[in-house]
Amino acid sequence: MSASSLISRRTFAGGALLMTLAGKAARAQGFAGLGMAGRGFAPVVPGRQLVFPADHGPHPDFRIEWWYVTANLADATGSAYGAQWTLFRQAMAPGPQAEGWANQQIWMGHAAVTRADTHRFSETFARGGVGQAGAQASPFDAWIDSWQMRGGAGMNSDTLSPLQLNAAGSDFAYTLQLQADHPLVLQGDAGYSVKSEQGQASYYYSQPYFRARGRITIDDTPVEVTGLAWMDREWSSQPLASNQTGWDWLSLHFDSGDKLMLFRLRATDNHPFISGKWFSPDGRERRLGPFEIAMTPKVFTEIAGRRIPTTWDIAIAPLSLAISCTSVNPECWMATRFAYWEGPIRFSGSHQGVGYLEMTGY
Amino acid sequence: MTRTLWVLAVLFSHWRRHPMQFATLAIGLVSAVALWSGVQALNQQARASYDRAAAAFGGVRTATLVSTNGGTFPQQLFVALRRAGWPVSPVLEGRIQVDGRSFRLLGIDPVTLPTEAGDRPPIGGELQGFVLPPGQTRLAPETMAELGASEGASLEASNDMKLPPLRLAAQLAPGVMVVDIGVAQRLLKMPNQVSRLLVGKSKGPRASLDKVVGDRLRLVKPTAETDLERLTDSFHLNLTAFGLLSFFVGLFIVNSAIGLAFEQRLPILRTLRACGVSSRQLNTVLLLELVFFALIAGLVGMAVGYLIAAALLPDVAASLRGLYGAQIPGQLSLSPQWWLAGLLISVLGALLAATASLLKAGRLSVLASAQPQAWRQEQRRWVMLQGIAALAVFATAFGFLWFGDSLLAGFAVLAAILLGAALALPLLLELVLAAGEYQARGALAAWFWADSRQQLSGLSLALMALLLALSVNVGVGTMVESFSRTFVNWLDARLAADIYINAADDAQAKAITAWLRERRDVIAILPGGRAETQFAGAPLEIFGLPDNATYRDRWPLLQSADDAWTRLQKGEAAFASEQLARRSRLSLGDVIEVPTPHGGWTIRIVGIYADYGNPKAQIAVNFDALAGHFPDIPRTRIGLRANQAAVPRLMSDLREKFGLDDHSLIDQATLKAESKRIFNRTFSVTAALNAFTLAVAGIALLTSLLTLGNSRLPQLAPLWAIGITRRKLAAIELLKTMSVALLTALLALPLGLLVAWCLIAIVNVKAFGWQLPFHVFPLQLAELLAVAMVASLVAAAIPVLRLARLQPTALIKVFADER
Amino acid sequence: MARDKEIMLSVRNLTKAYSAAGERVSVLRGVNLIVAAGERVALTGESGSGKSTLLHLIAGLDRADGGEIDFAGTSTAGLSEAGLAALRRDRLGLVFQQFNLIPSLNVRDNLAFQSRIAGRHDVAWQAELAQRLGLTPLLDRYPEQLSGGQQQRVAIGRALAVKPLLLLADEPTGNLDETTADGVMALTRDLVAQTGCGLLMVTHSNRLAAMLDRHVNLTAGLIA
Repeated sequence: MSASSLISRRTFAGGALLMTLAGKAARAQGFAGLGMAGRGFAPVVPGRQLVFPADHGPHPDFRIEWWYVTANLADATGSAYGAQWTLFRQAMAPGPQAEGWANQQIWMGHAAVTRADTHRFSETFARGGVGQAGAQASPFDAWIDSWQMRGGAGMNSDTLSPLQLNAAGSDFAYTLQLQADHPLVLQGDAGYSVKSEQGQASYYYSQPYFRARGRITIDDTPVEVTGLAWMDREWSSQPLASNQTGWDWLSLHFDSGDKLMLFRLRATDNHPFISGKWFSPDGRERRLGPFEIAMTPKVFTEIAGRRIPTTWDIAIAPLSLAISCTSVNPECWMATRFAYWEGPIRFSGSHQGVGYLEMTGY
Repeated sequence: MTRTLWVLAVLFSHWRRHPMQFATLAIGLVSAVALWSGVQALNQQARASYDRAAAAFGGVRTATLVSTNGGTFPQQLFVALRRAGWPVSPVLEGRIQVDGRSFRLLGIDPVTLPTEAGDRPPIGGELQGFVLPPGQTRLAPETMAELGASEGASLEASNDMKLPPLRLAAQLAPGVMVVDIGVAQRLLKMPNQVSRLLVGKSKGPRASLDKVVGDRLRLVKPTAETDLERLTDSFHLNLTAFGLLSFFVGLFIVNSAIGLAFEQRLPILRTLRACGVSSRQLNTVLLLELVFFALIAGLVGMAVGYLIAAALLPDVAASLRGLYGAQIPGQLSLSPQWWLAGLLISVLGALLAATASLLKAGRLSVLASAQPQAWRQEQRRWVMLQGIAALAVFATAFGFLWFGDSLLAGFAVLAAILLGAALALPLLLELVLAAGEYQARGALAAWFWADSRQQLSGLSLALMALLLALSVNVGVGTMVESFSRTFVNWLDARLAADIYINAADDAQAKAITAWLRERRDVIAILPGGRAETQFAGAPLEIFGLPDNATYRDRWPLLQSADDAWTRLQKGEAAFASEQLARRSRLSLGDVIEVPTPHGGWTIRIVGIYADYGNPKAQIAVNFDALAGHFPDIPRTRIGLRANQAAVPRLMSDLREKFGLDDHSLIDQATLKAESKRIFNRTFSVTAALNAFTLAVAGIALLTSLLTLGNSRLPQLAPLWAIGITRRKLAAIELLKTMSVALLTALLALPLGLLVAWCLIAIVNVKAFGWQLPFHVFPLQLAELLAVAMVASLVAAAIPVLRLARLQPTALIKVFADER
Repeated sequence: MARDKEIMLSVRNLTKAYSAAGERVSVLRGVNLIVAAGERVALTGESGSGKSTLLHLIAGLDRADGGEIDFAGTSTAGLSEAGLAALRRDRLGLVFQQFNLIPSLNVRDNLAFQSRIAGRHDVAWQAELAQRLGLTPLLDRYPEQLSGGQQQRVAIGRALAVKPLLLLADEPTGNLDETTADGVMALTRDLVAQTGCGLLMVTHSNRLAAMLDRHVNLTAGLIA
């Protein structure tokens, strides 16, 4: 059991998929059904080496999987924007992949854009097997309906760059080009990410070094934007312990170019599981354990009848870090079938920068 | 408050002493509310089931994309549209035979199904169970009962395919089975095919339709009404019209009962005022009394209405199924709104009927004394006013007839004619009676006519009710009889084959055909088939007629061009159904183009035929031409001409050899009987409502005469005093009543024929799309006349018998306490 | 003779005209009349002299064109229709030539009717009234089962059951034969005396008028 074996925030969203489509039976099993036993699905075992480009593609033998991008952007006047692009896959049953409509995969997409004064989002669902949604490693492509993330000409599978990304809802749309010069980073222990003390785990890697450029359209008004983006890839068959109820997740881009991923996994016994990992562009990295991280909610916002912490103080002694994180827009509520909070933040204190915050289970 | 109650108690005491009058009032209110609410219950029930049907992803409430050529299309178009930003969801629809019954099979994709596509999507939180093997077959409780199966059962379809386990879904329409689209593609043997795409409401950037699918799909905009609603509108309008008629006839009774009670209670009201009850208080109490009665009678009326609805529901359901294919569950379920509306209509109706009396009570002067002499002037004034009103209403009727071009206008013409006739009735009777009075020789005769005239005002409402009920009876009777005769003749000609076979699939059909060719007792094998396509944005059925002398000789055409059959055989000509011809204004020689899987098919209309009872627009073409343009249509329908004597043998051989059941093998006689049964049931509802209306009119007459009986003593007493026996007085009374009733009934006959003409020439054409030849059935008219006279006799007999047995003291009393 | 007593009813300069056949006919041309508490007054006059009209005006059944009516110290001119109704209900008893009973109520309920709506139903008093009027055996009968004299006694009983200050009677015995009329008249006079209630009775009979305290004659719309 390593303190650095992390669990991704995004595990919840795959659960949401199961939750909203597969019914109530899942609710009793941990948070959003993620605690359900993964019998018949491929197990997550330590020591498996992640292989690219193959692992950019889907892993249908595992129950859940996602492709996840968040971007901190700004227009020419310096106004901050956030963008989210998510594709979830969920297998309703284990076993060989059936053809056509009989295919057991269900896909879900979430997309959002955020500005200080507005937050727009959309969700969509699809079944596998007919082509409405899917993903493939080479040439890299992940799509649902008209939303797409695909590799650009001459994509390098070690950096997953360049990428083209687009999504649209009834009142927003965006297209982004993502470019990175640094290789992918492996979360947890070489991509093996333990998610609880009981040993549940996932495979998890990220590309936190994307530079983004593109266009966001809100209410038919297009704006050119540039900024930073972060991509997560994760798959598992049972990523959550049954007593875990939700979490608070952060991805931080330091002005210095360093990256930090942090999360606090809340549990019914009031003993949150806190973890994180720090990366430097020069290739250095450091796993952060529960006793090294202090995450303190400071300001709460009342949204949809819930009290949600939209400002956090974070202190990490080994990094000499003490910062305050503020949301760009405290109303980043994803009122999707399974509702949660996700939006861009900025931080200051011992370090400055921008990032994304995601909070579930409130 | 107690004061109000005491006044109310005094008013109530009147009813206690006059139970008959109270019964009249109650019967009037109850029958008004009962028929109205009964009809409303039926309509509500039907509408609710149309909504269920519409909710079954039929898409009339949702925009849909359908194939331009009318058939199914590859699901790849669905994927392409989704990826171009279209919020579409695929539906595959077909028919499936289980246990010899045919069901509508709907394959859906619950994941993309727009939330607004149905009021209540059938998939709750059980996606996995529905989508993953073995899946589920969702069906309504009624369908489950029809199959005699229970939840979890796995049935086998006629093509040996196994249906997923059954699962109840209460909100589905009867006769519909819903499965996952993948399952539907397998069951219907249509892999990767889709019938239509439902277009969700969510808006976002999307590519234009032709950029994604070219001209292969076209968008059908959602309509506010479902197809069934539109089709069945006329039927419900028909029911509603009868409900309204009964309601108003009931109100006639209420009006006369309340009017009489008011007249009789005038002295009481004056005394109350003299004893210190203020006029406002008195009016409040009168109103309170009325509302109280209306609520009680309303409740009773609703209960009776429920019973009527429950009694009529099977026939209504059968009619709607037979005529429009609409599935109505056999169990009445009523909403709280229905009860509320019923009570409201009862109160409003009672207030409407009592308006005149209440206004009079409001203006009541404590000191005014009765002025019986003024009746003549008053009556003349009223009769004239009503006459003028009648003229105005007739003018309106003419206006509707001239300018109107809709079903509603048709009913408006009917309503205006009926109302005008009712208003004109007193004037007509007055004229006839005045002429009689002028002609009269002898004192008694003169008195007879004069007194009949005086009686008129008291009887006129009842007579109007009689007139309306009778003329509607004549009208509807004539229409039904005309229809029935036309239909039977048409059916005889239309059912050309002696045996009809519907094979399970093309292979069986081929085998049957081969086997039949060997039989000597078979005169002709007539292959048939139909295809579905569109014309002018609406579904069109193309019916294939085999080229055979049987059809050329017997198949009835309303109009035909020269060499119609020869031109049909060449494949570029068609006959159009009367409905289609009227709806799309097609006439002989017109050229239409219909989409087929291989492009447009240009056809010239060379004939028009009656197609009674078919809600769909239809054209008939040569079968070989149809098969050429629609190569994929099932060729499972076979007609057979055979020697009459050989039919039973042939049937049993077919049954044995090919395992055909009653649903796939039927002989002409049975089919004919079945069709007639459906049509008889259609009109049995009308007939039942008709009878109710006549009964209500009879009650109106009876109660009017009963209440009139008492007030007539002062008129009769002097005659008795001058030496006319009670028996003779009674006879004269009877004669008078019967003569005005006869006059009314005679007036009702031409009016009824006018109503029939309206129904046949306007309402039927608009409602169903067909026109019938207009027949007059004198025997039927005589029968109705007799019924009316018997009803009048019964109604008149009771008060007359009472008069004949009247104690002389009662007559003496008239002189003793003259007011 | 009763001038020293309290004034119950004061009619001053009362005028009333009707339109008949397009012509205006003055019925009352300035009538003055005073009735003291407990006083029994007969009002006579020829047919059409305006006796009944005067009575109706006093009862508040109709409005005067001019002049004043004070009843128990209150001017009725200022009263609303409801006020007049309340006055009739609580303070006045009315008896007409036609008996004006409620045909659907039995004798008992007819007797009790006005006192009930006036909210002063007195069982003992009603029983005594019924007794005095000889109605006790007839209490369950309906009006149509009574003779004219009996009916009029019920009407008088109903008026007195409310213990009015003034009984207004318009030819109460007009429909009765002489013997019956005298009996009813005597009974009324005694009962009125017993309750201390005043009586203003319109009659055309001088014989009956003579049975009361005072006799006033209305001629050509004026009281002489």
